[in-house]
Amino acid sequence: MKNSHLWRKTKSALASAASFVCALLVIAPLALVFLHLLRSGASAVNWSFFTELPKPVGVAGGGMVNAIAGSFELLGLAALVGVPVGVFGGVYLAECGTVRGNWLLRFVADVLNGVPSIIWGVVVYGLVVLRFKSFSAYAGGLALGFIMIPLIMRTTEEVLLLVPAGYREASLALGISRWKTIVHIVMKTALKGIVTAILLALARVAGETAPLLFTAFGNRFWNHDLSEPIAALPLQIFSYSISPYDDWHRQAWAGALVLVVMIFFVNILVRFFTRERVARVL
Amino acid sequence: MPIAVAPERPAVRSTIDRMAPPSGLGDKVFKWLTLAMALAVVALVFLVGWQLARGSSLAIRRFGLHFLATSTWDPVAEQFGALPFIYGTAISSLIALIIAVPLSIATAVYLTELAPLWIRQPIVSLIEMLAAIPSVILGLWGIFVMIPWLRDHPFPFLKKIFGWTPFFSGPIYGVSMLAGGIIIAVMILPIITSVSREILRSVPNLQREAAYALGATRWEVTRIAVLSYAKKGLFGAVILGLGRALGETMAVTMVIGNTPQIRASLFAPGYTLASVIANEFTEATTDVYLQALFEIGLVLFGITILANLLAQLLLKTMGSTIKSGAVQ
Repeated sequence: MKNSHLWRKTKSALASAASFVCALLVIAPLALVFLHLLRSGASAVNWSFFTELPKPVGVAGGGMVNAIAGSFELLGLAALVGVPVGVFGGVYLAECGTVRGNWLLRFVADVLNGVPSIIWGVVVYGLVVLRFKSFSAYAGGLALGFIMIPLIMRTTEEVLLLVPAGYREASLALGISRWKTIVHIVMKTALKGIVTAILLALARVAGETAPLLFTAFGNRFWNHDLSEPIAALPLQIFSYSISPYDDWHRQAWAGALVLVVMIFFVNILVRFFTRERVARVL
Repeated sequence: MPIAVAPERPAVRSTIDRMAPPSGLGDKVFKWLTLAMALAVVALVFLVGWQLARGSSLAIRRFGLHFLATSTWDPVAEQFGALPFIYGTAISSLIALIIAVPLSIATAVYLTELAPLWIRQPIVSLIEMLAAIPSVILGLWGIFVMIPWLRDHPFPFLKKIFGWTPFFSGPIYGVSMLAGGIIIAVMILPIITSVSREILRSVPNLQREAAYALGATRWEVTRIAVLSYAKKGLFGAVILGLGRALGETMAVTMVIGNTPQIRASLFAPGYTLASVIANEFTEATTDVYLQALFEIGLVLFGITILANLLAQLLLKTMGSTIKSGAVQ
């Protein structure tokens, strides 16, 4: 019986069924979280959520307009740090450099990618906040920018390597210098992929809370000066969700729904508009 | 130099560097400029290490190695020991791995070997979406949905069956080490799944064909020809997940209970290295307190770097082009 063909076939079918159940269990949290976001968040999202400042405790209503704007400001600052360093670092990996040196750089970038995001908050606190004696939008942007660097670098490298070698050869054969070939031919061909890489990195850091806790710090009002504390959507969600007030919990769910929808939107958009090959790399 | 014999060079790595010698000033400037940008990753590793060491120098001198072995955490008396946090990080990550590893490797096997082709891409996309959910939102869900459910249903059940062991005894609060472990498991499921999937995909088809030719069933092919071949890489994927688990912050902070204590019971609240930084950093009123938190950061940085180094070494020597950034 033990080794009969039927038994082996049955075992194979059982293994398939068991692994299918595992796959369902892996995606179950996504469904559960998303359903609750829709149920608890949708009723709390209204016009004033996008137009009003947070109200004091006990006053119903209010919104998170300052946090939404703050998140975008922080992402802009982060892009200023992460995009140039990440993209041109990726160009180096793909177009210049030695095989062994690149292996090492890639290795370091991947290890850096695994550094917990809270550590970036601590580092930028020591680097910026202690020095200038103030929490600031600059500090928050820098922390997010640092996180983006290895992400963008590795994905940029991958999309540049998809550009056929013939393009480079043709350009060089025309006597065009190497850096012009890279900038005008290679990077231009891969532009869509590079933009995709940047968008995905932005979507990733848009949800980061830990690095902002003691850099951007959060703010219940508008930020008028980037060297002052600034609100961010994830920070606001965090402080509302651990508060004891029902009204704030509702706001937290609304904020979470808005944040998730924005992140999913970017992810889906990017995957829809890029060719399958690029999407797979990313 | 005849170019007829160049079998070693992989086709995709035909970079400009190997096509023409450097010409002109512009090329040199461009190369050095991009090199500087690429070296930023190396500089960042040193920056992090230096900042954390500098920020904690006083605490390191004052507490020495006792810091790692003392379990008192008393900011008022300025007595600091990291043991409860190291314990909490270790146990919560262990729980997460116990839950996540079998699930994600089985899913990866399903997606590469056993599933019908049409169902593969949709499941992969859903897992990518799970990976895109921010930690703080998972924590929000944890507080308001998962904790009450765990407290009312699975926890009493576990207590009834395993209550005689020290691990499932004591009062049930909801917020607990076990809840922290479960939420970390959800966070690391996508990364272990997608890296394992890449590993399994890199197993040569010849392996499978050979096993099929011997008359093996689908599951036997997977077990004998694929899984044993990919063992090392799968171990790398698990360690990579461990690295993420150790550093997971927001969601854990929101469900683990944040109490610096060492209890055998998994129903008791705990605290992790990452969550004590998140919770107490802005409240650190004295220099020593802040220094101690910086030192906690240094410890956390040290162990996550070790885990990631090991993971990357395992993955890269697997001989495949695995990207740790595959799931972001």
